[in-house]
Amino acid sequence: MIQLTVNGKKQSVDADPTTPLLWVIREQLGMTGTKFGCGIAQCGACTVLVNGEAVRSCVYPVSAVGKQKVETIESLEQKGELSKIQKAWVENEVPQCGYCQSGMIMATTALLRKKPKPTDADIDAAVTNICRCGTFQEVRAAIHMAAKA
Amino acid sequence: MNARLPMVTRRQFIAGSAAVGSGLALGIPLLVSTELAAAEAAPEIGAWVVIRPDNTVVVRVVRSEMGQGTLTGLAQLVAEELECDWSKITTEYPTPGESLRRKRVWGSFSTGGSRGIRESHEYVRKGGAAARMMLVQAAANAWGVSADQCTAANSVITHGVTGRTVSFGAIAEAASKLPVPTEIVLKDPKVWKVIGKRIRRLDTRDKVNGSRVYGIDLTFPGMLNATIRECPVFGGKLKSFDGAKALKMKGVKHVIAVGETAVAVVADTFWQAKTGIEAVTIEWDEGPNAKVSSESIAQNLQEGLSAQQAFVGNEAGNMAVAMTAAASKIESQYFYPYQNHATMEPMNATARWTPDRCDVWVPTQDGESSLAATIAAAGIPAEKCDVHKINLGGGFGRRGAFQDYTRQAVLIAKQIPGTHIKLIWTREEDMTQGRYHPIMACKITGTFDASKKLTGIHMRLSGQSILAVVRPAIVEQQKGRDPAVFQGVADSGEHAFGYTIPNLMVDHAMRNQPIPPGFWRGVNVNQNAIFFECFMDELAETAGTDAVEFRRQFLGNHPRNLAALNAAAEAIGWTKPAPAGVFRGIAQMKAYGSFVAAACELSVRDGNKVKIHRMVAATDPGYAVNPAQIERQVSGSFVYGLSALFEQECTVKAGRIEQKNFDTYNSIRLAQMPKVETIILQGGGPEWGGIGEPTICVAAPAVLNALYRATGKRYRTVPLKKHGITLV
Repeated sequence: MIQLTVNGKKQSVDADPTTPLLWVIREQLGMTGTKFGCGIAQCGACTVLVNGEAVRSCVYPVSAVGKQKVETIESLEQKGELSKIQKAWVENEVPQCGYCQSGMIMATTALLRKKPKPTDADIDAAVTNICRCGTFQEVRAAIHMAAKA
Repeated sequence: MNARLPMVTRRQFIAGSAAVGSGLALGIPLLVSTELAAAEAAPEIGAWVVIRPDNTVVVRVVRSEMGQGTLTGLAQLVAEELECDWSKITTEYPTPGESLRRKRVWGSFSTGGSRGIRESHEYVRKGGAAARMMLVQAAANAWGVSADQCTAANSVITHGVTGRTVSFGAIAEAASKLPVPTEIVLKDPKVWKVIGKRIRRLDTRDKVNGSRVYGIDLTFPGMLNATIRECPVFGGKLKSFDGAKALKMKGVKHVIAVGETAVAVVADTFWQAKTGIEAVTIEWDEGPNAKVSSESIAQNLQEGLSAQQAFVGNEAGNMAVAMTAAASKIESQYFYPYQNHATMEPMNATARWTPDRCDVWVPTQDGESSLAATIAAAGIPAEKCDVHKINLGGGFGRRGAFQDYTRQAVLIAKQIPGTHIKLIWTREEDMTQGRYHPIMACKITGTFDASKKLTGIHMRLSGQSILAVVRPAIVEQQKGRDPAVFQGVADSGEHAFGYTIPNLMVDHAMRNQPIPPGFWRGVNVNQNAIFFECFMDELAETAGTDAVEFRRQFLGNHPRNLAALNAAAEAIGWTKPAPAGVFRGIAQMKAYGSFVAAACELSVRDGNKVKIHRMVAATDPGYAVNPAQIERQVSGSFVYGLSALFEQECTVKAGRIEQKNFDTYNSIRLAQMPKVETIILQGGGPEWGGIGEPTICVAAPAVLNALYRATGKRYRTVPLKKHGITLV
């Protein structure tokens, strides 16, 4: 059994230690907000935070989590109240199909914790997720809005 | 993103769905589906609207929402005529099985070809109007007054004379018992108050907190997960496999053949299935295409460029004479590659099969197409099958006409009766089992008289036909010609050529390949716009005329094309000098009934690093149902188009697609995103244009034309990464 803390909750899962964190979160903990896109850390749909760092969970073995705190998209809304980033996403009507947006929002969450007022260059460097619908223009606007909130 | 097809009747649908059992052609008995069961408890006011006692308005939507905003747009159309309180609106998807039982009361489910709104706007507005008329009539009946003394607004009916009011919710039950009116007069667009407004999407909130359920997220009690490997050589078959090692792995339950071409591993979890299939030894019978390569295909296309036989798509004057009489000519060759849709959510479907019932849950662009595949694979009568549409993580044409994943899920579930099976493709499977943007080469020749006046153009296409594979009946009807190949340069219709050229020949040497082609956002207009609009710049340069001025010479009969071109040119500041080091390009086209143009400003560093500073799009779809969503579709289409232009090509080696993931098939990122400005024109008229696809096609030629001005090099083969050029 592997012990890990996800969204503040201690969890114990029976998984092969090489199983990517993504699939433990999705299939064993039943939280499907974190998405599978590529499996090789290219697209960022699977982005979660480990110790506050944005990581691509599709290549992050569950055994490497240890005592580090894992945060997923499901942790951001508290008692029905969206985070300021999520609110900015709604306000700017960012999502199209929405599939990549959990990853985008988690990458942004990590960014704004480190750089509360990011420049465009900071955003370019931190949010490298693929969006095939092409929501980038709204993503950038939403990040700036969240930074001002 | 199907090419435009004639209205498909139910019988044609059945005939066209190749392997559909005969059961579908017969009467289908009533069967209550889960989706509508809840709504059916509340009164249905005509086919499109259900109103619950609490005044909630349920609008039925049959086109699939995959990010393009059609769900909200279609609801706006219904609400406009219904006169309901927008804050009470919700939506639901009827199932395709339900639709068939009700004689296709909701029309086509197909969500491609940018048709969602433009081809259903009239009947859904009528659906809203019919419901309003029934509600008003019911209120009038209750009050014993004439219906024409009553009005509906904001979900309340008012009797003008007495001031009596009743809510939609209170009168809905009575209204549902009235006959559905057939004489319906729709509002004049001038008085629209819901259509045309920047109304917020109905489906945003659950996309920001992870709660939206996509096909890949489904779970059912006892469900098993599967993944699949199909013969990587197109046309090849499964010879043998050994699953013994995989079967010893934890969680792996079954290793099975799927049809004649694939092996699946079924396990407790997807990850177990995925690691399991990597442990299966598979021997393929690679079949006749094992030697096909990009080089062999290119050779075949090259031969077509000068072949005698070709299908004519558009003709004016006498091009043969113009060719002989020409004082001078220019000729160029262009090339457009195979490309994969690469939806963010890989293909998936969940199926449960028993001898008496087969249900499929699938993210689909066409529920009816999914149902046809389900029935064919299930081997049980049509009335015992249904499809439940689940949210899509992108479609772009991959999830409509092609239902290979649906078929596979059913074929797997059939071997494990009674258990829900969720089939998920790996990205590698998704990349190598695509339905690819067809490959096309083009030789294009322009003729001039002695005064450097353009006298004619011959545009010879050589390459693959989508319809020959996907809709062979249409090709047969046209004696071998694929009309969709000519999108954007066609002689008439929604993809009509946007210029008048004195002598013109557009023809196609059909050179089909064993690589399965598909409808890919924008379809054939993508390559035709590059071929023609880049060549227009080449012609303008030869004629010594400004690129916009040159185009205007041939736009006299095409006022809406001209208006779009002018709008883009003006917004980019075409006649004013560009900032130092910045270069401009422009292109225009008609696609999917919309008139579109794009202009861009870019600069180039070190000869190969392109920075696009600005892109302007002008689009005239006739009517703009939701400008905010149009803007997002336009900038999104540019991301799709620029990714294709700079990065994307699927190459073929030994009968297989070489690119297996985003590391070799990249898509542009936020840092590369240019600022996009959208200008919406509303030319009105009887033909409504589409939104999702039209603008994609003008992005690439506008950039290529600017790139020529910046570098002096004319890149006629894409993607640009082949030339070492990157978007920064």
